[in-house]
Amino acid sequence: MRAALQPGNAVKQLVLLLAAVLALVPTIYMVVTALKSDEEYAIDKLGFPHAPVLENFRSVLVDSPFVYWMLNSAILVAGAVLLSTTISVLGAYAIATMPFRGRDTLLTVSTSLMAVPPVVMIVPLFVLYTRLNMVSTYSGAILIYAGLITPFSVYLLVTFFRTVPRELYEAAHIDGAGQFTILMKVVLPLSLPALVTLVVVNSLYVWNDLLIAIIFMQDDAKRTLMAGISVFSGRYNNQVPLTMAGMVIASAPMFILYVLFQKQFIRGLMSGAIK
Amino acid sequence: MTPPSRLTPYLYVLPLVALLAFVFGYPLLRIFEFSFKMVRGIDGPWIGLRNYQLVLGQSLFWESVLHNLQLLLAIPVMVGISLIVSVLLSERVAGWKLYRIIVFVPFVLAIPIVAVVMKRMFQFSGPVNEMLRWMSLDFMALDWIGSSDVALWTVMILIIWRESALGIILFLARLLSLDESVIEAAKIDGANWWHRLWHIILPEMRGVIEFYVVVSVITMLAAVFSYIYIMGGGRGGPGTSTEVVELYIFNALIRSSLPGIASAASVMLFLVTGVLIFLLFRVRRRAEAT
Repeated sequence: MRAALQPGNAVKQLVLLLAAVLALVPTIYMVVTALKSDEEYAIDKLGFPHAPVLENFRSVLVDSPFVYWMLNSAILVAGAVLLSTTISVLGAYAIATMPFRGRDTLLTVSTSLMAVPPVVMIVPLFVLYTRLNMVSTYSGAILIYAGLITPFSVYLLVTFFRTVPRELYEAAHIDGAGQFTILMKVVLPLSLPALVTLVVVNSLYVWNDLLIAIIFMQDDAKRTLMAGISVFSGRYNNQVPLTMAGMVIASAPMFILYVLFQKQFIRGLMSGAIK
Repeated sequence: MTPPSRLTPYLYVLPLVALLAFVFGYPLLRIFEFSFKMVRGIDGPWIGLRNYQLVLGQSLFWESVLHNLQLLLAIPVMVGISLIVSVLLSERVAGWKLYRIIVFVPFVLAIPIVAVVMKRMFQFSGPVNEMLRWMSLDFMALDWIGSSDVALWTVMILIIWRESALGIILFLARLLSLDESVIEAAKIDGANWWHRLWHIILPEMRGVIEFYVVVSVITMLAAVFSYIYIMGGGRGGPGTSTEVVELYIFNALIRSSLPGIASAASVMLFLVTGVLIFLLFRVRRRAEAT
């Protein structure tokens, strides 16, 4: 009760309110503007639309390949997250539960790779991919994305697997279960929260990335949503409401997921904030 | 039952090692090799330090470096904002869960999307200037995007807006894990809010603040491509006023097809971030120890 009576409470509310408004301003502007016609936006840039129009959304969906871009992004997200999670689960399980030579070195190296900026890896990979004709292929980009998100996955999973009580492993061992069975039947079901966190954080990373997308998915047909946006916004530079309709559509999937799965997202972001 | 074998752990980590070797190991070795070669297509002759001389002799490269360094100025602002908001949230004031959902939003939205939106907001005839004029602050209605003196600062506003959300997330995670009894005890002892913040909460947060600062330095020097690419119209514009080292590497590789030059710049960027990553580890060990 004391806290509620403190004089600073109004100030605290005011500061948080200000922060919340600032955090939301671009989203509000984006949605409001998308509902305006070009004429209305030319006269009134700040107000709410008097006669909301949906024409901008129709134009974007019909005249631009937004849906294809989203599909491409979704393919990369699914492929990279699946590949990285599988590889990381196996690796992290061994690192967390089995003694072997080089274990600590592997974990240290993997963890430090988390902080290496992707830009320093692109030159040789691009040269290699050009030679192997792997530029603008799904598998090529999936491989790179999977690699980039794996150090974080390993770090998180090792930390989690180490918290699983040893008795559980030992009990399963005595029952005659092999390592792989223990992993699948005992450890993974327990790790569901950690796995959800991983999927959330890693999907967000791949979906939102621009650098790799723009270099390794150059074909028009293979463009991801983020790379598509950069083209789209350049092409319709003067049609602000149309551009904003595109941005609303582009941000909708992650926004809806965020609203639906706040708890998982917030837990994911708080444990995955290292990225 | 499979007999326990000494090979088993290696089978489990083999895919992991292979993937990391391909995506990190191979490129990190190759940039060093390429940086000493005149690469045309896939390979080329050794040319010693020529690439480095070319890069270091180019004023555009130094201008890019300067812009990256200028972005570091955003970090103190980010730390300040993150601290204030996260401390207030951690006090669980009325509605804190809703506030938390909202202030995390900048981190959920993709950088390219926000950059497109912000660019329109800050146009000369856009809503930001409209608002400033309405408030009779005409002198502040700058050409945020189109003027080469202002453009980088505008990008910095966007970076602060988004990266502060990361700071809030990190700091809040730390604050919520603090032992509440210590803070309660201080309250009972009659320590006021500022006193508790300064003498109890901040010392506990030292590790996570240091961690955030080092991560942010790496971001400012080597991970602002998405911001710059969209805000600067793909070219670091207007002119070269928002050109950064990442874009320099991108241009050398993709637009000029000079992998050797791009590698020399990559090597230098990698060495600088390498030092920072080493620092990061030391900071993190300390953060985990506290």
